[in-house]
Amino acid sequence: MGIISSGFHGKRHSGNPALPPGQYETASFPVLSAGPAPHIPQGDWEFFITTEAGLRHAWSWEAFMDLPQVDIPTDIHCVTSWSKLGTTWRGVSMDTLFEDVETSCGYTTALSYGGYTTNIPLPDLLGGRSWVVWEFDGEPLERAHGGPARLLVPHLYFWKSAKWVNGLELTPTDIPGFWESNGYHLHGDPWREERYS
Amino acid sequence: MTGLWRVAEVVSGVPESETSRTIGLRVDGLMGNLAGQHIDIRLTADDGYSAVRSYSVATAGTDELLEITVDELPDGEVSPYLVRDVAIGDQLEIRGPVGGWFVWRPTDTNPVQLIAGGSGIVPLMSMIRAHEASENPSQFRLLYSLKSPKAGFYREELLTLSRESPKLTVDYVYTREAPPGWSATPQRLTAEVLLASILPADPAPDIFICGQTVFVETVAEWLVQAGYPAASIKTERFGGTGGTL
Ligand SMILES: Cc1cc2nc3c(=O)[nH]c(=O)nc-3n(C[C@H](O)[C@H](O)[C@H](O)COP(=O)(O)OP(=O)(O)OC[C@H]3O[C@@H](n4cnc5c(N)ncnc54)[C@H](O)[C@@H]3O)c2cc1C
Repeated sequence: MGIISSGFHGKRHSGNPALPPGQYETASFPVLSAGPAPHIPQGDWEFFITTEAGLRHAWSWEAFMDLPQVDIPTDIHCVTSWSKLGTTWRGVSMDTLFEDVETSCGYTTALSYGGYTTNIPLPDLLGGRSWVVWEFDGEPLERAHGGPARLLVPHLYFWKSAKWVNGLELTPTDIPGFWESNGYHLHGDPWREERYS
Repeated sequence: MTGLWRVAEVVSGVPESETSRTIGLRVDGLMGNLAGQHIDIRLTADDGYSAVRSYSVATAGTDELLEITVDELPDGEVSPYLVRDVAIGDQLEIRGPVGGWFVWRPTDTNPVQLIAGGSGIVPLMSMIRAHEASENPSQFRLLYSLKSPKAGFYREELLTLSRESPKLTVDYVYTREAPPGWSATPQRLTAEVLLASILPADPAPDIFICGQTVFVETVAEWLVQAGYPAASIKTERFGGTGGTL
C-alpha cells in the first residue's frame, strides 16, 4: 500500500469489480487523440491487411459492409484512468477479416488515416478479442471517436483501439507504435496496469 | 522507470486563482522534466482506497523540483484535496514525468503558437518558461481563453513577460467577464476571434492546444478548416466535458 494521505477519503467511484485497478467510471465519452480528427469519406475508406509475403487483402466500405456484422457489448478502459462500462459497438470480427490471411508473423502494426500507429500482438486480435467497428451505441461512429471506422480491442487500454483505422501490417517482431515510442507500455493490459514502459 | 511510483514531498503551496493552487514538489533523484510533460498523482485513504489523476508540470527545470497547478472541481475527488488540504511537508506518490509528444524542446526551431483554455495553460506555461530560459530565439505567441480575469493563472509573470520579453506575445480572450476598460465584450470564443489572435498559417507554426476536451476539439477543428496543417497541431485534453469556450 502507498503513502496514506490523511484527510483523503475519496469518492469510491471504484470498488466495482468491472473496473481495473486505478480506473474510475465516467458516464461521458472523453475524446483523446494526438491531434485533430481527419476527414475520411466512406467512399475513400478502405481496410487492408498486408502479410510478410507482400500479399494485400483489402476491403472497400461496400465490401466491408457485406461481411457478417456483429454487436459487441463491452467495457472500455483509457490509460488516462477513465473507464466506460456497458458500451455497445457494431462491426466485423477480426477473425472474419483474417479468414484468408496466411501468416507466420506474431505481431501487427495498426495504421490509421492521419498517421497514427499502434502495435498489437496477433493473438490479442484473434479469437473473438477484436473488431473493426463503425457503430457506437446504435449510431454511426462520430468522426471524433474514429469514424467512419476504428479498431476495438477492449481488453487492452483504449489507445490500442486505433481510430480512423486503415489497415494492419503483419510484422515478425513487436515494433513500438506512436504512443509506445512515447513512453507508453508495449502491450497495455489494464488489469495488469501496463500503462508506461 | 516512469512506471514506478515514487515519493514526492510537498515543499510549497501558493494560491494561483480563486479556485486553484500551485504546489511545489521535491522528488529525490528527479532530473527535471521536458516542457509539456505530466505526472500522475496517487492518493491513498487510510483504508487503502486510492485514486490517480494526471497533472501537467508547470515548470521545466533540470533538478529535483517541479511545480503543478491544480484547479479545484467543486464536485471532484482528487482536486479539492490537492487545492485545500495537502500541506507543506506532506508526502505524495507520483509517477513520471510522462510524455514525449506534447512537449517543446529548446532545439525546436519553428515559431510556436500556444492556445490555452482555463487550466490548460499549465503545460504551455512550462513551455514558455523553458523558452525564456533558453537561447532559442523563435517567436512564441500565447492565446489564453478565460471565463474571467480572476480565473487566470500566472498573472504577474505573464504580464511581466508580455511587457519585457522580445520573444513572447500574450493575448487574452474573456468568455464571461472582461477586465474594466477591456476593448472587447466577453463572448463565446469564435473562429474569427481565434484566427485574428494567432500566428498566420503560413509559414506553419508549431501549435499546442490544451484545455478541456470540448475546447481542444473545437479549436483544433477551426484551425484545420482555416488551413493550418493537421501535422503541426498537437493537443492535450484534460478530460471532462466542460470548457471555457
Ligand atoms: C494529461 C493531463 C494533464 C492534466 N493536467 C491538469 C493540470 O495541470 N491542472 C488541473 O487542474 N487538471 C489537470 N488535469 C485534469 C486532472 O487530471 C483531473 O481530471 C481533475 O483535477 C479532476 O479530478 P477530480 O478527481 O477532482 O474530479 P473527478 O472526481 O474525477 O470528477 C469531478 C467531476 O468532473 C467531471 N470530470 C471527470 N473527469 C474530469 C476531468 N478529467 N476533467 C474535468 N472534469 C472531469 C466528472 O463528471 C465529475 O462530475 C489533467 C488531465 C490530464 C489527462
